[in-house]
Amino acid sequence: MRSFEFFEPTTLAEASRLFAQEHAQLLAGGTDLVIGMKALTETPQSVISLQKIAGLAGITTDADGGVSIGVMTRVRDVELSEEIRNGYTALAEGAAEIGSIQIRNLATLGGNIAHASPAADTVAALLALDAQVDIASADGERSVPIHALFTGPGQTILTAGEIMTRFRLPSPASGSHYIKHKIREVMDLAFIGVAAAVDMDNGTITGARIGLAAVAPTPIRATEAEELLAGKSLTDAILAEAGEAAAAACSPISDLRCSAEHRREMVDVLTRRTVREAVARAHA
Amino acid sequence: MPEKKEYKVIGTRPIRHDGVDKVTGRALYGADFHTAGLLHGRVLRSPHAHARILSIDTSRAEAYPGVKAIVTAKDLPDAADKVADLGEGAVHLKYLCDNILASDKALYKGHAIAAVAATNAHIAEEACALIDVAYEVLPPVLEVRQAMEPAAPLLHETLKTGSLGETAEEPSNVASHLQHKKGDIEAGFAEADVIIEREFVTGTVHQGYIEPHNATALYNPDGQLTVWCSTQGAFTVREQLTEILQYPISKIKVVPMEIGGGFGGKINVYVEPVAALLAKKTGKPVKVLMNRADVFEGTGPTPASFIRVKMGATKDGKLTAAQTHLAFEAGAYPGSPVGAGAMCIFAPYDIANVLIDGYDVVVNKPKSAPYRAPGATNAAFGSETVIDELAKELNIDALEFRIMNGAKEGVKRADGPVFPRIGFIESVEAAKQHPHYTSPNGKKHHGRGVASGFWFNIGLASSVSISVNPDGTINLVEGSTDIGGTRASIAMQAAEVLGIPAESVNPSVVDTNSVGYTAVTGGSRTTFATGYAAYEAAQDVKRQLIARAAKLWEVDEEDVQFADGEFSCINGKEAQLSFHDLSARLGETGGPVVGSAAVNPPGAGGAFATHIVDLEVDEDTGKVQILRYTATQDAGKAIHPSYVEGQIQGGVVQGIGWALNEEYIYNAEGTMTNASFLDYRIPTCLDLPMIDTVIVEVPNPGHPYGVRGVGEVPIVPPPAAIANAIYDAIGIRMTELPMSPDRMLKAMGKI
Repeated sequence: MRSFEFFEPTTLAEASRLFAQEHAQLLAGGTDLVIGMKALTETPQSVISLQKIAGLAGITTDADGGVSIGVMTRVRDVELSEEIRNGYTALAEGAAEIGSIQIRNLATLGGNIAHASPAADTVAALLALDAQVDIASADGERSVPIHALFTGPGQTILTAGEIMTRFRLPSPASGSHYIKHKIREVMDLAFIGVAAAVDMDNGTITGARIGLAAVAPTPIRATEAEELLAGKSLTDAILAEAGEAAAAACSPISDLRCSAEHRREMVDVLTRRTVREAVARAHA
Repeated sequence: MPEKKEYKVIGTRPIRHDGVDKVTGRALYGADFHTAGLLHGRVLRSPHAHARILSIDTSRAEAYPGVKAIVTAKDLPDAADKVADLGEGAVHLKYLCDNILASDKALYKGHAIAAVAATNAHIAEEACALIDVAYEVLPPVLEVRQAMEPAAPLLHETLKTGSLGETAEEPSNVASHLQHKKGDIEAGFAEADVIIEREFVTGTVHQGYIEPHNATALYNPDGQLTVWCSTQGAFTVREQLTEILQYPISKIKVVPMEIGGGFGGKINVYVEPVAALLAKKTGKPVKVLMNRADVFEGTGPTPASFIRVKMGATKDGKLTAAQTHLAFEAGAYPGSPVGAGAMCIFAPYDIANVLIDGYDVVVNKPKSAPYRAPGATNAAFGSETVIDELAKELNIDALEFRIMNGAKEGVKRADGPVFPRIGFIESVEAAKQHPHYTSPNGKKHHGRGVASGFWFNIGLASSVSISVNPDGTINLVEGSTDIGGTRASIAMQAAEVLGIPAESVNPSVVDTNSVGYTAVTGGSRTTFATGYAAYEAAQDVKRQLIARAAKLWEVDEEDVQFADGEFSCINGKEAQLSFHDLSARLGETGGPVVGSAAVNPPGAGGAFATHIVDLEVDEDTGKVQILRYTATQDAGKAIHPSYVEGQIQGGVVQGIGWALNEEYIYNAEGTMTNASFLDYRIPTCLDLPMIDTVIVEVPNPGHPYGVRGVGEVPIVPPPAAIANAIYDAIGIRMTELPMSPDRMLKAMGKI
């Protein structure tokens, strides 16, 4: 690990000013950053902790029936929140997939997203749940839908000094579900991740959103598959079509974890399984 | 065969003596070691799998503030072309030294090139990056069949194949060829009605111990070298250090710290000599720790292999012939476990005609090291799959087929030895009668498979001394690193002799100056051989205490009897003393009592295991889920059944990891791309069901309590058992390890 300067600002404005400097990194839970620093893949000259800034952690109910989750909310708290488990099940499931309990007690939801890994465990769910990302900087605030946040592996639209503050989720869908394709039950990375959220009305899917992780340079929505499902009732035939459409939306790579063909095949299989379960939950 | 005996201590399950320290985090491991003035060392490793080292310039690193010393292979004594005998077998000294610090060539990615000692580990790491090494990069050889091609790039220009006593003219990557012959192989196949011949490939796998390698070294001004490290054998470290450093053995003391797993991988030294060189140069204590990537890339995994197996049987189920070609990757220097694989492959069976050819082949991967029954798991993946196929072809129950052909006392192995009393057939019978095997298994995509395994176990030297405390307890001093509960299993054997509880024994694992020579904790030998030494040392104590009682009672020693912890007089005089009470009277009868023994028992006795696995194949994702697992094994006599069960379960879990997930993944340049526990996936407890165990006890005639080593054989059957169960589930024979989802989907034609 290289030596670095450590800052603990107490306001977002101060954090933003420090973060606008060159070679600066934000520290949330540290479960990605510190490992990178030890491996010398991250060599920041300044490390800015968000720990001392009030108001960045916690899950609150919004006036419109949705919820806001602060970026510094521990992943373990997301996983265990009754409100998230009931209304935004896919997100609780995604959070529960990260590392070990010890890691989840340190890691934050904001860190999991800011790291911008295409394989992040919470990102497919946040896509399917249509999260809005609030961003602050010394110049003011802005908000973007999460599908517009990522530009490449490890890359986001955030500019110098911009800091994500919270994720806003609209009022709950009828049912949602996340499946991570992995080899190990725990302590594994997503070979691919598929989340689905469906709105149901009297047995008809009125709306569907599907988030895919680790199948393209950024996390993506399977919009064609979503459109195929909208207005339909659940049948094996429509699921098969949706699965194929989702697979077609991917541009996976072959890496040491699995081949591109394997990933594409799994998107098909797991889209079908995820949507089926999301619909089942809507009925339950 | 010894009579079935009643024991008081043996066969019970006391808490292990090191248990509290380990679960409370107080046990001191190598990385915990600290002393005043400690410097921190870091090793620079080759980024290339195969390269000539043209020059090493350390000047920029030396100038870096905080750097105290830098060493390269030039700091090692000139390794003459001599062969060092390290107890476990002869080793070419230049190879041994070159693996510590590369001299002329880097032979694998991760090969140690130089090392830095600095005031902290971060400075040492930074300084490593400032060492300028000029390499001439050479094409790597990464696979055993490729390495055996005549046109393959050569790792060692001087290495010539040794084959059945002859040395070849031309250099080659094939270090040696061995052969075992029994009967007439052609005639055996001619007799057969069914012949199956298959080819198998296994991947490179690591032992995956949780604790990385570590060493701290200090030279006293009087020349005494002390090394604190995590090792399976302090004496083996001492022997390697004396050869590598060309330093007198009497001036080296090795202190074994607690060990966080070894499985064979902590026998060879890596950072110990490096720490010593840095300590010598600085005059300060120097600690060198590996990180996980260092462990994967810079220590010894067990090798990948290519195996061909051909077996024949008659219609009525008699095996008539077995032939195999075993080609094992040694890694960068000769010495794969092909020899052990060749000894084990057909050992469970009584086959009249056998031909075994083994090849030890160098490739640009880390020098292989032992891993739990080294070589036997690779070999059994091939032979036990073919056995299964033969049984299916002949329409004979797979376990019945094994019983029909099973080896027993008096059968001669192809490599020479004749079996004494062994428990193979008993282990198969136990599996056959187990409720697991007799339960139905008919669900779609569910499969059941079985496989057996053999490991020969070793004896070798062990020393123990016992001193009697005045409160009726004993202090037991031993030289065997305790990896799997051996303080307890050794202490219990002494306690049994002396009629005292296991808790009345205080076992200590001590340094090389404080106990007689003791070979490694390896080869499943510790409970057998060091336990044997403890038994003998306790007998020595018993004899001395009988003499003390005789002195107290003024009778002849022959008139004193010892039974159940009580000394009594048997010549008519009424006298009785417990072990406890006599212990308090040593001062008045001549002073302290210390018993000792040094043994080298020959009769290790072989270990056999038979496993049953139920699994489910997800035909969409290619994932294999283990549903139920039962392992039977002949333990001879289980001294502490819980730790025998633990050894069996641990071996099975490692075998399952090897079967389904674990492998070194290399890119074309020879870099391991998954050198972390994230992408080198060992199973967790949530991935597997409880592993059921059945301990079979067919006493080993070579041990006073009938002990057979138990640690290694349980890793042997799992890959074959799982492959056989996959066949049962989906009708496809998997012949390549690991049977990962990707390979499963390809085999099923899904991708």
